[in-house]
Amino acid sequence: MAKVTIDGHTIEVPDGTTILNAARMIGGNIVPPAMCYYSPLKGSGGKCRTCLVEVSKGSEKDPRPMPKLVASCSTPVMDGMEVKNTSSPRTLEARKGVVEFLLINHPLDCPVCDQAGECHLQDLAFEHGAAKTRYEFDRRTFDKIDIGPYIKLHMTRCILCYRCVYTADQITGSRMHGVMKRGDASEISTYIEKAIDNDFSGNVIDVCPVGALTDKTFRFKSRVWYTKPLDAHRECDKCCGKAVLWNVGDEIYRVTARKDQYGEAEEFICNTCRFEKKSMSDWIVEGPRKIDRHSVISANKYFEPVPEHTPLLNKA
Amino acid sequence: MKRKLLIDKAGVPGIASYEVYRREGGYRSVEKALKSMSPDDVVEEVKKSGLRGRGGAGFPTGMKWSFLAKPEGVPRYLLCNADESEPGTFKDRYLMEHIPHLLIEGMIVSSYALGANTSYIYIRGEYMWILHILERAIAEAYQAGWLGKNIMGSGYNLDLHVTPGAGAYICGEETALIESLEGKRGNPRIKPPFPAVKGLWGCPTVVNNVETIAAVVPIVNDGGDEYAKIGIGRSTGTKLISACGNIQKPGVYEIELGLSVEEFLYSDEYCGGMKNGKQLKACVPGGSSVPILPHFLVTKTAQGESRLMSYESLADGGFQTGSMLGSGGFIVYDEDQCIVRNTWNFTRFYHHESCGQCSPCREGTGWMEKVLHRLEYGHGKQEDIDLLWDIQAKIEGNTICPLGDAAAWPVASAIRHFREEFEWHVNESKLSQQRNYGRVSEKTFVNATA
Ligand SMILES: Cc1cc2nc3c(=O)[nH]c(=O)nc-3n(C[C@H](O)[C@H](O)[C@H](O)COP(=O)(O)O)c2cc1C
Ligand code: SF4
Ligand code: FES
Repeated sequence: MAKVTIDGHTIEVPDGTTILNAARMIGGNIVPPAMCYYSPLKGSGGKCRTCLVEVSKGSEKDPRPMPKLVASCSTPVMDGMEVKNTSSPRTLEARKGVVEFLLINHPLDCPVCDQAGECHLQDLAFEHGAAKTRYEFDRRTFDKIDIGPYIKLHMTRCILCYRCVYTADQITGSRMHGVMKRGDASEISTYIEKAIDNDFSGNVIDVCPVGALTDKTFRFKSRVWYTKPLDAHRECDKCCGKAVLWNVGDEIYRVTARKDQYGEAEEFICNTCRFEKKSMSDWIVEGPRKIDRHSVISANKYFEPVPEHTPLLNKA
Repeated sequence: MKRKLLIDKAGVPGIASYEVYRREGGYRSVEKALKSMSPDDVVEEVKKSGLRGRGGAGFPTGMKWSFLAKPEGVPRYLLCNADESEPGTFKDRYLMEHIPHLLIEGMIVSSYALGANTSYIYIRGEYMWILHILERAIAEAYQAGWLGKNIMGSGYNLDLHVTPGAGAYICGEETALIESLEGKRGNPRIKPPFPAVKGLWGCPTVVNNVETIAAVVPIVNDGGDEYAKIGIGRSTGTKLISACGNIQKPGVYEIELGLSVEEFLYSDEYCGGMKNGKQLKACVPGGSSVPILPHFLVTKTAQGESRLMSYESLADGGFQTGSMLGSGGFIVYDEDQCIVRNTWNFTRFYHHESCGQCSPCREGTGWMEKVLHRLEYGHGKQEDIDLLWDIQAKIEGNTICPLGDAAAWPVASAIRHFREEFEWHVNESKLSQQRNYGRVSEKTFVNATA
């Protein structure tokens, strides 16, 4: 076990736990934001740099501070380590920079983006970003691509978190999906736009933190905050069959995996459950889903005031 | 007496062939090591020599070798980094082109020291003709019994391969090199784990620069202590410097570390002074990634001491008034060169070469390039200079691999020392399109080491 202090909160965690996961065990607003790390996906993390934190004391044995900020999602804690997240001006400054970098080439098309309302970049920008852009050049754009019958890739919005690449590698049996080109010309592609034709391909939609990968069966049907989330399950021979239905009345608009407050899927679901079971008779409803995740919407920038921590999506 | 340990024989006719190389005393170090030294003895000599990595970072090689994990039953690998893609650096090319067998000899002794039975030379794709030179040399070495099974009857086996990259600077970063060698996209890995524990195919791996590996040959031949006698302080031995820019004699020189920059730049033995009677304006002493120095900090430190070609002296004054020895790419600028243009040019390179994995480098390098382009072409604004400073500061130290730092440092140092030239580009934008600024004025550094 290792004892670690983050922004003054001390906790004991098993050896090998990352700083980010230790912070999540403590919970609250000391948890660094994570745009690329996704705990169910091996190897994810380290890339977006939003989770950078300052290590002001390396460990009990070697108390020297770490010279650079470290990615909390991929740095294991040491016994006696002291970490500064929100209490470190250096961290906050660097994070502001990262948010700005992520935004300079990101389109400002939230009003027409299906992800709006559950977009991690939107939340991140709202909390850490600046109100004005300093970027005065053309933004990078790409054509939209259909990945098979159900998934749309809108690369212009992609922040290259690589989550979908790991998903395609680890959850769907074959590797049809990857990153081409390099630097800011990098693009996610299924090789020669080949459909990721696989029972679990739809999960790339759930892991995408932004609106780069969206569900074609749901595109433009509704703003997410007008739909009402319900926990439901069904007998499925491919996956766990446990999902969230996003309804308007009795009509199922969309099916997703059940995600926690960090947007991470509890269990991945298959394409049949996600795309083909859109009738209430397919499902056994357990009850309303509590969305325990604050977002731009719960900060009521968009809609009528909702008290904090209400399942606000039920309001619609 | 100035000693050359690596390229003194480069001029011998036919030295690229095995026969001549052997006749000139080649492969003695392999004979010596395999017959009379244990692998640990070789590591010990390298430690004693004080040899530091010649690829840029200057990490002590002996220490790096002793960090190599040695779990039972797991192979270890030695990889030679011949990706040499840093603008201004072309020393490894010279060495491999002229005396390829020196690298192969170094690979054999070093692999023996590390207990590697398979080793690779990863060479940049643009060096295709050198790849062929190395392939021929390797074939000759196999034929002569220096590679393969049971070398010299010692029971030691070694296979050596040479593999080309496909034109990416980032594949010179050691973990990207490993990914590329494994046949994957050349993205740097997130560390830890370090290659010494988990490198190629998940096995313990050492990555060393061409020149580092070549230097092991004289170290084994003459002993580490002998090698350590050359140089100054912790900068021991000799170093290849590739000199270019506005000098009389561009080329690759082998110097004893500790030579004064003054002598290197102005004596006829080396660069031969400035070309066309021009004045020195600036110098990048260690390849495009290291901070640029204004004319008044090149041959002297801020304290007024003579600046030497050594790891410590070139770094004297930190980033405030110093730079780095880096990979030994010595780029000289005369008064007619434009620092804004040069900074733009370097930044364009880093933008083009960023792998795109992490946000600060992927987005920041392109942004800096666009702002610099605007400044260079006379459309810049006063705020652009501060903006550039802020962008580089937000890249530096916040990325996965040092390419982000390498992109930030040239920009930071150019603004630090040449701010008046940047401002002139803004204020005299028309004039800046007609002529260059000339030399910047000399500053005094009150607290130079801070
Ligand atoms: C972007 C980048 C490019 C690099 N390119 C090279 C290179 O071309 N050749 C090289 O020897 N080292 C290069 N390096 C340094 C290597 O990562 C590594 O430190 C070096 O090969 C270690 O060898 P040494 O200890 O012998 O210097 C590069 C590093 C970075 C970050
Ligand atoms: S710093 Fe640049 S080159 Fe290095 S991993 Fe990040 S994006 Fe790639
Ligand atoms: S979440 Fe840690 S770097 Fe992206």
